[in-house]
Amino acid sequence: MSLWQLTWRRFLRNRLAIVSGIILILFYLMIIFADFLAPYDYMKTQEDYIFMPPQHIHFIDKEGHFHLRPFVYGIETTLDTENLVWVHKPDYSKIYPIHFFVHGKPYKLFKLFPTDRHLFGVEKPGTIFLFGTDRVGRDMLSRIIFGGRVSLTVGLVGVTLTIIFGSSLGTASGYFGGMTDTIIQRTIELLMSFPTIPLWAALAAALPPDWSTVKRFFAISIILSLVGWTGLARQVRAKVLSYREMDYTAAARAAGASDRRIIFVHMLPNAMSHIIVVATLSIPGMILAETALSFLGLGIQPPAVSWGALLEDAQTVSVVVQHPWLMIPGAFVIIVVLCFNFVGDGLRDAADPFAI
Amino acid sequence: MDQDVILQVDDLRVHFFTQEGLVRAVDGVSFTAKRGQVLGIVGESGCGKSVTAQAILRIVPPPGEIVGGKIIYYRQSSNNGAGNVTQTVDLTALPARGREMREIRGGEISMVFQEPMTSLDPVYTIGDQIMEAITLHQKVNKSEARERAIEMLRLVGMPRPEETIDNYPHQLSGGMRQRVMIAIALSCSPSLLIADEPTTALDVTTEAQILELMRGLQQELGTTILLITHNLGVIAEMCDDVIVMYLGKVVEHTDVDTLFFNPKHPYTQALLQSIPRIESTKKERLKPIRGIVPDPYAIPSGCPFWPRCDHYIPGLCDREEPDYITVEPDHEVRCHLYDPERKTNAQVNESR
Repeated sequence: MSLWQLTWRRFLRNRLAIVSGIILILFYLMIIFADFLAPYDYMKTQEDYIFMPPQHIHFIDKEGHFHLRPFVYGIETTLDTENLVWVHKPDYSKIYPIHFFVHGKPYKLFKLFPTDRHLFGVEKPGTIFLFGTDRVGRDMLSRIIFGGRVSLTVGLVGVTLTIIFGSSLGTASGYFGGMTDTIIQRTIELLMSFPTIPLWAALAAALPPDWSTVKRFFAISIILSLVGWTGLARQVRAKVLSYREMDYTAAARAAGASDRRIIFVHMLPNAMSHIIVVATLSIPGMILAETALSFLGLGIQPPAVSWGALLEDAQTVSVVVQHPWLMIPGAFVIIVVLCFNFVGDGLRDAADPFAI
Repeated sequence: MDQDVILQVDDLRVHFFTQEGLVRAVDGVSFTAKRGQVLGIVGESGCGKSVTAQAILRIVPPPGEIVGGKIIYYRQSSNNGAGNVTQTVDLTALPARGREMREIRGGEISMVFQEPMTSLDPVYTIGDQIMEAITLHQKVNKSEARERAIEMLRLVGMPRPEETIDNYPHQLSGGMRQRVMIAIALSCSPSLLIADEPTTALDVTTEAQILELMRGLQQELGTTILLITHNLGVIAEMCDDVIVMYLGKVVEHTDVDTLFFNPKHPYTQALLQSIPRIESTKKERLKPIRGIVPDPYAIPSGCPFWPRCDHYIPGLCDREEPDYITVEPDHEVRCHLYDPERKTNAQVNESR
């Protein structure tokens, strides 16, 4: 059996990592099918439903009748003239059954197939806000589903850049040594000695405000991986330093292999398991960093959403006390970060050749 | 030049510029290897045997550098059909990482390493690694390379080569891995094979098998072998000619029979006395060589062996470095005792 097969088998034995992996796959499916899963347009404001708490799904109505099809109650909105806030109360006389594959806002699935089907919804004038609404009445569930697009992919893009920079510079540093090594290592030390949050903040603040969302997204990925690659480069360098002394490297050279061949055919595949583990473990860091930047208002700018940008609304205590459902995106961040950590741990244990 | 010489090393000097100081790992080594023969290099650890081999392949690791001397390789090509054409190439003059040197490495001069457990890349099958060596030097497609790899595995006595070709190194024993290393080294039909202690890491029965295999293949393919070892038993079994090295210098160069029956240099004599003999019935203690190998940073002046030598001549050995002295045809020794102008042979013979 090959090294990869052995690693895969050991990984499959780790239940926690497998479960986490499946959850992550579901999350990524969620952002792929965001248009289909989200019941509302995440940007559509609904003035009648400002700061509405999450609606509950029911099977049994007030009279004790069981409904096979789950339903939500209608909403009665009144103005509390003392506190000057809108108060939303369920109207138990109105029952809106939840339908699946309903017609809603038209969109193009995968930007290709025009359709207007959504996974679930209720007939108008009923509403279904499972995670409540924000200060202008936008559906939180839809916003979380779409916000995942940025939050979950920023880590992947950032890590791809980290792998490219980290492994190539780390390999060059370890393999060639001497002056190359000194320059790269001192650069890494310089980058590592920057306080990261102010550095990111400064770089993000320097981005032109008129950039499109996509441009901004990639710029933020680059900013995050600017510091991220240093750790990986150091680890790859250490690995390459030890591989360089291995007899098989000498054997490859004695067989007439060029430097390029030794690096790409012998060094990198040997270091690959290590690189994958480090990369997996650094994805959550990137997700958290993006969340932090967006929370500070320096990351993704409205109207685009990310989980960090959603949490920006929950910055003050009064908001959190009165509208606790605005914290829900934080729970998603926690779940995703934990899952990545578990998968990373599982991969690390599986890639360890000395594990039993 | 002589048709049957394949490699001529002339006053080779390899120095290591370490932070602690200069190490003269190889300091003025000269020898010639004859085509189709097995030349043994014997000596204690740290005497420069492996560095000599690395210098021939131009793979001396930094901070080591070839600082002087020539390595003349008599390159033979017979592609014209008009007999063999011999070209001479000075390997020290070629760029170490250049294309020509890479073609020679593995293609014409190949090497078997000491440690079969670490000299195969763990992430590839042994077939991949043999095929890598083949495709680096020959224009063949993948299936031809595989055919050839299977053929090589069969040649080195690998059982069921069609199946073992897809095994990973960790699935094979040490002896089997060394067979794979030999298969890789021989896959491009090199004219010179450098074997750097090929059996040191193996157990004794495996060692015998590997030596037998190498000897058999050498006779079958006519490859010249440069066999580096510290085991005099291996020398006796395998070699035609032998050079004895001590602290980066060749101290004696002769054929294998003379080495064992008429060694001249006091170091060679001491080496032979320090190995156990099965025929001796007397309860006799082994005679180790007095003293220790000097610190490589402070090699004694004059003959490097004088602090440990039983025949040390004060005022001469520690001042002047002896030159090569031909004591009989094809037998050179670097020792003041055999200097014809000194007439001190009697002393040596008395003491033996």
